[in-house]
Amino acid sequence: MMQQAPAFTIVILLLTSFWVPIIGMIKKESAYYLSLIAIFFSFLAACATLYTVITSGPIHYRMGGWPPPWGIEFVVDYLNGGVVVLISLISLLTTISAKKSVEQEIHRSKWPLFWSLYLLLILSLLGMTETGDMFNMYVYLEVSSLTAYGLIAMGERGALLASFNYVILGSVGASFYLLGVGYLYIATGSLNMADLNKILPAIYHSKVIFTAFAFFIVGIGLKMGLFPLHMWLPDAYTHAPSAISTLIAPTMTKVSAYVFFRIILSVFNPQFSWEVIPAATLLRWIAAVGIIYGSIMAIAQKDIKRMLAYSSISQIGYIVLGIALANQMGLIGGALHIFSHAFAKGCLFMIVMAVIYKTGIRNIDDFKGLNKKMPFTMAAFCLAAFSMIGVPPTAGFFSKWYLVLGTVSGRHWFLTAVILMSSLLNAVYFFRIIEKIYFSSFVGLVNGGHGHHEHHEVVAVAEAPLGMLVPILIMAAGILAVGLFNTQIIHLLLQFIVPKGLA
Amino acid sequence: MINRYDNLIIEFFCRIIAAPVFTFGVYIIFHGEASPGGGFQGGVILGAGFIMLAVAHGMDFTLRRIREKMILFLSCVGVFIYGGIGAACILWRGNFLDYGKLPLPLDSVSVIRGIGIMGIEIGVGLTVMGVMISIYYDLIDPGGIQPELSGGEEEEQWNSF
Repeated sequence: MMQQAPAFTIVILLLTSFWVPIIGMIKKESAYYLSLIAIFFSFLAACATLYTVITSGPIHYRMGGWPPPWGIEFVVDYLNGGVVVLISLISLLTTISAKKSVEQEIHRSKWPLFWSLYLLLILSLLGMTETGDMFNMYVYLEVSSLTAYGLIAMGERGALLASFNYVILGSVGASFYLLGVGYLYIATGSLNMADLNKILPAIYHSKVIFTAFAFFIVGIGLKMGLFPLHMWLPDAYTHAPSAISTLIAPTMTKVSAYVFFRIILSVFNPQFSWEVIPAATLLRWIAAVGIIYGSIMAIAQKDIKRMLAYSSISQIGYIVLGIALANQMGLIGGALHIFSHAFAKGCLFMIVMAVIYKTGIRNIDDFKGLNKKMPFTMAAFCLAAFSMIGVPPTAGFFSKWYLVLGTVSGRHWFLTAVILMSSLLNAVYFFRIIEKIYFSSFVGLVNGGHGHHEHHEVVAVAEAPLGMLVPILIMAAGILAVGLFNTQIIHLLLQFIVPKGLA
Repeated sequence: MINRYDNLIIEFFCRIIAAPVFTFGVYIIFHGEASPGGGFQGGVILGAGFIMLAVAHGMDFTLRRIREKMILFLSCVGVFIYGGIGAACILWRGNFLDYGKLPLPLDSVSVIRGIGIMGIEIGVGLTVMGVMISIYYDLIDPGGIQPELSGGEEEEQWNSF
C-alpha cells in the first residue's frame, strides 16, 4: 500500500475536486470542509511517500502498469519527495487559514467553484513535482496555469487585467515548453525523463537539442518569474484574492524552480547544461540582475503584497543562481532556498492575509503600531522577515550561506557581492516595515490630530482569529526548523541532487 | 442579445437531424477503445447537438431540456467516472488506471482493459459535452460577468430572452 502513496496524493484531490461543486450546489459552506479533508488526506499520502522514499529508496510508480518508456511514470526521489511534502504542507496550512479570508473576499455563490479550482491547482503542483514524464509535466503545467488564471481573476478590481496578462505570458511559456518537448521527441522518440537522460548524450551537439534546451529555459523561466520574464508576477500576486496569493507565492514558483533543477540535472546532464552550452554563465548573470532588480523594486513599493511579489522575483534569482553556480555548495544552497523561501514567503503572505482580513490595511504606511493590535502575528512577521534578510538561525541564513560558499568556491567574487548587497537591500525594505510596526505609535486611528504625544494610548489587542494564527505560527516554527535542522535536511534529501564527480 | 424568430426550414431541419447527431455521438464514444474516435470526439458531437438546438430554437428551449445545474453536474460526474474507475483499480491491487486488474467476469485481460477504457471514455464524453455546452452558454451570455454560475438565482435572466 505504501507503494501506492504517490498516486494517492493526486487521486484524492482529483476525485474530491469534482464533488466540491456538486456538494456546493446543495450547501455552499460544505465545499470548504470537503476540500480541507481532501487536502489533509493528500498531505498524509505525501508524508507516506516521503517516508517510503527515505526508508526504501526512490519510488517508480507506473500509471496503468505500463513500463516506463511507453507508459507514464511517477518518479519520487529524495529531492521531489521533500518538495511534495513541502507543497502539501503549505497548501494544508493555507487552506486552514484561508477560510475566513475567502468568505470575506469571494462572493458566496462562487465558493464551490473557487474550492474546486483550488484543489485542482494543488493537484497539478503535486503532479508537476512527482511526474517522470516530459509530456505529463506539460499537462500538469497547463492545469496549474489554467486554474491559476481562474483563481487570480476572482480577485479585486484589476484582477481581470492581471489574470489576462498572465494568460498571455503563461500561454507563451507553456508553448515554449511544449515546443521543447516536441523537439526532444523528434530527436529521440522518447518522453520519459530517465530514458531521455540515457539517449541524449549521443546527440548533444545537435542543434535541435540546443533549441529544445533554450525553449525549456524560457518556458520554465516564464512560469517561475525569472527576471526578464517576470512581468506577469507582481500584478498577479497583488490583485489575486489573498488566499490565492498565499497559495501560489510559496508553491507555484517553487515547483517551477524544482522543474528547472530536474531539467538541467536529470533530463539533460550537467555536462551538457554547463559545458556543451554555456548556460550556467548566462543564467548566473540573469540571476544576479534579477536579485538586485527585485530587491530595488521591492523597496519602491507601497502596497505590501506588491512588495512581497517583487521580493519573490529576487528570491527566485537566488534559486537560479544556486543552479547556475554549477558546484556542490551552490546546488545545495539553491535547493535549500526552495524550502526556506517557501516557508518564509508563505508565512509572510499568511500574515498579510490575516492583516487584510482583520484591518483591511495594505499600504505599508498604515502598519504603524500594529504590534499592539496583533502581537503574535507581528512577531511571526519579524521572524519571516529575518529569514528573508538572512539572519541566523532562520532558514534564509543557511541557504544564503551555502550560496555564498558556492560563489566563493567558484571564485565568482562579484556574485558574492551581489548576494551580500541584496541581503542589505532586503534589510532595507523589511526594516522599513518593522520600524513602522514596532517603533511608531498607532497614530492614524488613535490620537488623530495630535500625534506628538508619545505616551501610548491603550490599543485593544485584536489578534487574528485562531484559524489564521495557528497556521502562521506553524509556518514560523517551520522557518526555524528548516534553519536549525538544515544539515539533517541536506543529509536526508538534498545531498543526492549533486551529480557525481562535482566539486 | 439573441432574439428568437420562427424559421420553419431551420427548425424542421434540426428536428430531422437532431436524433442522428446524438446517435452518432454516442456511437463514437462507445467505439473509442477499438477504432478512431473516443470520448473527446463523441462528447464534442453531443455538445454540438445541443448547441445546434440552441441556435435553431433559442436558449430557453434548450435550457428547458438541459439546465445549467445539469451541465455542471454532468461535467463533474464525467471526471469522477474517469477518476473513479482509475482509483477502483487500486482496490484490486493494480496501479492507478490499471484496468486489467478489474474483477470483471471475462477471460482475457485485453477485453477487460477494453471495457475499462470504454468506461473512462463515457466519463470523458460526458465532461466534454457539458463543457462544450457551458462554453456556448457563456459566450452568448448577455450582460457581462455573471456572479452566479452554479446556483439558481439567475434563472429570471435566462427567461427574459
